Amino acid sequence: MSTLPVLKPADFASDQDVRWCPGCGDYSILAQMKKVLPDLGFPREKTVFISGIGCSSRFPYYMNTYGMHSIHGRAPAFATGLKTTRPELMVWVITGDGDALSIGGNHFIHALRRNLDINIILFNNRIYGLTKGQYSPTSVEGQITKSTPMGSIDHPLSPLSVALAAEATFVARSIDAHVKHLGATLKRAAAHKGASLVEVYQNCNVFNDGAMAYAQERKQRADNVVELEHGKPLVFANGTKGIRLVGTHLEIVNTSDVPADDLLIHDEKDPNPSIHMMMARMSYPVMPEPIGVLRAVEGVPTYDDQINEQVTAATETKGAGDLDSLFTSGDTWTVD
Amino acid sequence: MASLKTSKDVQSVSGITVRLAGDSGDGMQLLGTQLTNTSALAGNDVATFPDFPAEIRAPRGTRAGVSGFQVQFASEEIFTPGDTLDALVVMNPAAMVTNLDDLRHGGILIANEDGFNEKEFKLAKVDSNPLDANVLEETYRIIKVPMTKLTREAVSEFGLGTKIADRCKNFFAMGLVYWLFGRSLDPTLRFIQAKFSKKPEIAAANEAALRAGWAFGETTEAFGESYQVEAAELKPGIYRNIMGNQALAWGLIAASKVSSKDLFYGTYPITPASDILHELTKYKNYGVKTFQAEDEIAAVCSTIGAAFGGSMAVTASSGPGIALKAEGMGLGMILELPMIIINVQRGGPSTGLPTKTEQSDLLQGMYGRNGEAPLPILAPRSPADCFDIAVEAWRIAVECMVPVMILSDGYIANGSEPWKIPEMSGISPITVSHPEGTDEDEPFMPYARDEHLARPWAIPGTPGLMHRVGGLEKEAGSGNVSYDPDNHQHMTDMRAAKVAKIAQRIPQQDISGPATGDVLVVSWGGTYGACHTAVSRCRSDGHSVSHAHLRYLNPMPSNIGDLLRSFKKVIVAELNSGQLRLLLRAEHLVDCVGVNKVQGKPFTVTELVAAIEQQSNAVKSDSKLKAS
Repeated sequence: MSTLPVLKPADFASDQDVRWCPGCGDYSILAQMKKVLPDLGFPREKTVFISGIGCSSRFPYYMNTYGMHSIHGRAPAFATGLKTTRPELMVWVITGDGDALSIGGNHFIHALRRNLDINIILFNNRIYGLTKGQYSPTSVEGQITKSTPMGSIDHPLSPLSVALAAEATFVARSIDAHVKHLGATLKRAAAHKGASLVEVYQNCNVFNDGAMAYAQERKQRADNVVELEHGKPLVFANGTKGIRLVGTHLEIVNTSDVPADDLLIHDEKDPNPSIHMMMARMSYPVMPEPIGVLRAVEGVPTYDDQINEQVTAATETKGAGDLDSLFTSGDTWTVD
Repeated sequence: MASLKTSKDVQSVSGITVRLAGDSGDGMQLLGTQLTNTSALAGNDVATFPDFPAEIRAPRGTRAGVSGFQVQFASEEIFTPGDTLDALVVMNPAAMVTNLDDLRHGGILIANEDGFNEKEFKLAKVDSNPLDANVLEETYRIIKVPMTKLTREAVSEFGLGTKIADRCKNFFAMGLVYWLFGRSLDPTLRFIQAKFSKKPEIAAANEAALRAGWAFGETTEAFGESYQVEAAELKPGIYRNIMGNQALAWGLIAASKVSSKDLFYGTYPITPASDILHELTKYKNYGVKTFQAEDEIAAVCSTIGAAFGGSMAVTASSGPGIALKAEGMGLGMILELPMIIINVQRGGPSTGLPTKTEQSDLLQGMYGRNGEAPLPILAPRSPADCFDIAVEAWRIAVECMVPVMILSDGYIANGSEPWKIPEMSGISPITVSHPEGTDEDEPFMPYARDEHLARPWAIPGTPGLMHRVGGLEKEAGSGNVSYDPDNHQHMTDMRAAKVAKIAQRIPQQDISGPATGDVLVVSWGGTYGACHTAVSRCRSDGHSVSHAHLRYLNPMPSNIGDLLRSFKKVIVAELNSGQLRLLLRAEHLVDCVGVNKVQGKPFTVTELVAAIEQQSNAVKSDSKLKAS
């Protein structure tokens, strides 16, 4: 009796040379993905990566799975056509801050709203890398870039806030350099049945180096990042600080100053996204930024299940369609 | 139910063209559809032309709110809904002033005189009652009927409020029209029972109004005689009436069945294509999945995603939506996946005239993408032809691994005609093969080509064939991203050759009339009927004229050049400013003459006849000059 081969990370590597800039955060994400995939129980032939346009979107070429490098901003739409017709496949969407939130904002929102059972990984480097350095919808206000020499006058979007507004059933954030955390987050995203969004802070060392150093650098991370855990209080700075909900806003407290009960306990399963929304808006330097799974609501029907269920239900009720009967139904006449 | 028979004189005629016109809420479309179906069931050949406003409800009683339905029913084969009207039914002044010019001299004008009052004159912006105009009596046979009053009387026993009672007046008008043209009440009686089965008092009221209208024609002295149109001699078979969009939808499902594929339809609502979506949603038990996307671009992208997964994938829109889909279509083209893109053309440019017909998107279909991105293009010629075109489009798409475009138009989409119902067993199967899985000993070549220059359709889930596709230029064979200059030339040439080669497998262009002569009329799309009728008329008047109607626009049949050169003059008649003409001139260096109309209306036979005669006479006098 033959057994299924045990896959290793190297089995997922395609034969193409990886062409990202040396030092790019994308290498780390690629490595973690290859580590996670063997454990997910999907053979390579049932795995599909769909990307848009951008540095992030070169990703599918480096994976020995099925893949599509589509058009700017539209990957979720291709994924919708694929997943609804081939629900048994594991479908990943690889996108970036420009691809998903600028040109692709519309499709991003609707794929999440529909709760399609796909995993959307958004590489957020807060810049347009491929086109060499214009600002993006997540760039900070005042950022000086190729297209904003006097500083950006745009207020940035938070991918997590947009996803929560679309009522996404799984919303998470991780960091390219925080490899164990990234791997664990990707794994959770894959396990979630429904639309999963993972925002990954990714360093573009050529056009926006260090933009998120406060979170990426190990030394700075503790003070600026809250690692979320379901059922546990929000604490950071090596446990010395915590987050408390007061009325409708969050505030930082010293854990030694307040009773443990005061601290906000993370509930990723809360069907009401209001607190998740507040957490998504926590922004450096005013507040530490949350990483991990903000929201994971299970049991919400997925779009791909429902569209197929309607076909099944219709067939059960009406019987399998017969075109000859259909064509001759209703008012017909015969010419002899 | 025994058919009602008139006791008055009946005049037999070969065909009648009627237009029903009223306010948008008056039920003219329903009335027209019923008249059409009833006539088709009686064995007439029918052709229709519904004409409605773009707005959902334009202000009541205004000219902008006039909704019309024209139908010709005949005892011979007809191809158009008629140029001039034999009868015009108008429910209000706005309907009358916007339609009267199309009624022929001596034609019958039936007006609901209860709809002609001061309030209505104001809304229609007329100074006085148009029914009182002196010239009317001399030009037309006018019959004023107090339809509202008579309808109210007819339904009084059912105790409906005035507003609901008045809604029955379109059935009164229907009954009267049925009497006038010897139509049976039975199909409409069946329709009323079915549609209003949950509201028996409404059903009863509508039936009463229908019968009252018939009785009015039979008893009143205003009508002396009625008309009869005998059944036409159509080819033997079982027939039904079919509208273009419905035929397209059914053709797509048929194509999915003969190719053993499930149909995925990704689309976004747009006039006049939305009805294809509405129709396809009814057929989930045929395995049809419909996806109403968030926008036109998502629609085409979802279609490509489904094609990548191995489904039969289709998207449809109209001009503005096709413009949005351009980038997606280019991707479909370079990925080399099979799918169908339908453009139900409407008046353009931009938002244009959503409910009016036009065929001005041919060049958009040919060239509306960045780069060299040729796509096969087919165009149905009539409502029923949409069925065959759908099946043929899928056949080509699968054979060549390419998106295929279907160019329909609003006139065909909403028009109807008798359809000789085919048997599914009579439709040739479309063979689809997907490469089988391997254990990956040999590398897979996703861009290797077969004899049709098509690549293998390897679908996700197949072991050993994992590959990545994308919009970047790719190396022949391996499909890896390549910027190599020779490779780009090669791939560009291959993609073009693949489409051009289709010409070897499609039928030669057929021609109506002799294969050589003075004038050739070339047309495409929904103008078939008018052109065919005009050419027939000119031939019986002694002109040497033939008609070639294209269904394959890209590639064109291989004998087109020879055909064009076999005539002294070539006329290209199209509802645009000369798009097919441009293609023919460029490809075949034949100086074709354009007959062009961009008015949101189909050609009339009369204007085509005039254009043909002009060219024919020019040829004749040229010959005389040369001879002398």
